Amino acid sequence: MKLSIAPIPYFWPRQVVFDFYERIAESPAEIVYLGETVCAKRRELKLDDWLALGRMLQSAGKEVALSTLALVQARSELATLKRICEQDEFRVEANDMGAVHHLQGSPFCAGPSINVYNPWALNKLAELGMTRWVAPVEFSSAMLTRMDSRRPENVEFELTAFGRLPLAHSARCFTARSHNLQKDDCDLKCLDYPNGLLLHTGENEEFLILNGVQTLSAGHCNLIQEYADTRAAGVDILRLVPQVHGMQQIIAAFDQCRNGITRPEAAGEAIQALIPNGMNNGYWHGEAGMN
Amino acid sequence: MELVCPAGSLPTLKAAIDNGADAVYIGFQDNTNARHFAGLNFSQPQIEQAIAYARQHGRRVFIAINTYAQPDNWQRWQEAVDRAAQLGVDALIIADMGVLDYASSRWPDLRLHLSVQGSATNPAAIRFYHEQFGIQRVVLPRVLSLKQVEAVIEESPIGIEVFGFGSLCVMVEGRCFLSSYVTGQSPNTCGVCSPAQAVSWHESADGLTTRLGGVMIDRFAPHEQTGYPTLCKGRFTVAGNHYHAFEEPTSLNTLALLPQLQSAGVKAIKIEGRQRSPAYVAQVTRVWREAIDSLQQGSNQYRVQAHWQETLGRVAEGVQTTLGAFHRPWQ
Repeated sequence: MKLSIAPIPYFWPRQVVFDFYERIAESPAEIVYLGETVCAKRRELKLDDWLALGRMLQSAGKEVALSTLALVQARSELATLKRICEQDEFRVEANDMGAVHHLQGSPFCAGPSINVYNPWALNKLAELGMTRWVAPVEFSSAMLTRMDSRRPENVEFELTAFGRLPLAHSARCFTARSHNLQKDDCDLKCLDYPNGLLLHTGENEEFLILNGVQTLSAGHCNLIQEYADTRAAGVDILRLVPQVHGMQQIIAAFDQCRNGITRPEAAGEAIQALIPNGMNNGYWHGEAGMN
Repeated sequence: MELVCPAGSLPTLKAAIDNGADAVYIGFQDNTNARHFAGLNFSQPQIEQAIAYARQHGRRVFIAINTYAQPDNWQRWQEAVDRAAQLGVDALIIADMGVLDYASSRWPDLRLHLSVQGSATNPAAIRFYHEQFGIQRVVLPRVLSLKQVEAVIEESPIGIEVFGFGSLCVMVEGRCFLSSYVTGQSPNTCGVCSPAQAVSWHESADGLTTRLGGVMIDRFAPHEQTGYPTLCKGRFTVAGNHYHAFEEPTSLNTLALLPQLQSAGVKAIKIEGRQRSPAYVAQVTRVWREAIDSLQQGSNQYRVQAHWQETLGRVAEGVQTTLGAFHRPWQ
């Protein structure tokens, strides 16, 4: 089992991003996804910066992939997408079918916001060059097991195993809206929320996270204690979603778990304190995601 | 511009056709379509009658098979495609790549539209579906500004259909898991959003509280108009403010943009609402038929008539309407 680091979902200052990946370079995670996947207005790092980070991580022995924007609308976004897809240093994780269009014919990863729900869609993308598939967040262990039984040759399965779940994208920026601003004049408010903006229900329950045009779960998915089941379902790579605090401990816990150094229960307990808004593993068990 | 109207039953289909729909889109009675509600949709004999009625009046029928097949139930989607093809419908509206692949190879002459649930928001994505599966039209998600719609049409190899009126998805369609996060059922896999069996209403001294999957979505004071607890239309608290954090209960209404949509080259206007009554579909269809006909007299003369807006305002969700993402400041 390999460990991967998902793209940073939040908008962090440039130096924070560089410092984060310096630590990732020293971590036992094998695969790192880089790039902006949420909002094209987040330009603390440009494509050349991501490429430089990629080279640094590669020289530290990591496999690097560039991730594309999930919701591609404007011409300028499409132009950036094309540049990412046409560079040949790193593999690309497609998060929109426009990216798949540009990547077909050469090896690529299909990210979690590509809708693949059955082996027929999986096979179609494999024919076009997909070598790795990240399951959509609402996949259960039963669904994944059935996908595994009809898995195309040379396609790796990756599963989001830790972190807040990306639940939706919109044209509207909800962080800007919370400040009575429009997206075009958002003052880059997302920079103020390195862990996103917490949304409560009317009964003061922590419910969702506003992250610009993206909505995440407030609670975390954490499948460390289901490690054996993820293996049995054919998962090759466990994906960990970056957060501000404790990423090294989280990676270390998963690493010790996969190497048999720590039992899954103990590894889970070790990182429980790093999950501020509760644990939501419902999807994996075929239930509502927030269970 | 073709007027594409919804029908969840035979009487509704007739209402749509009688009031001027050019095409009507319908679904089978299972989760192969994104309006999988109890008592809704068409049995085999009803579809045969629907097609016969449409043919008599020179109109078209599309069948939506626009949810995502899963490993254990693939057969149902395959059979739905076969049934629709054998019925001789005018087009299938499909979202799933696997289903598109099957339909395009098994029934190469069948016209395919990409459902809004296919989530194609840019020309590169549209080109992909066109080249791989031969789709001939795409329904755009409700996330593009008017300028972006124009840009997509300039580069799209196929015709574009946009939503004109009805409930407004705030999130990009086909990639929203809010409903499944709370209820376990999503539009993609189950064909439902915020499903009725997960909804509860509770009256108390504080007002009427609505819940979805046990999560409080809203509480209405006695003087407020109540609404169905669709998750993205609820009131939540962010940084101490309690408000509609995503969107108010509102309907999309693009009557005012019709001339621009036509000059941009939009091929079809879609009315949302297969779950709506025959009376609703009749009223909305009549207004849009009049509007499109009036546009054909010349776009300079086109004026949104007060009685159109009154009619649509009366039936709209939340009794207010918006231009949604078409209007950039909404974003």
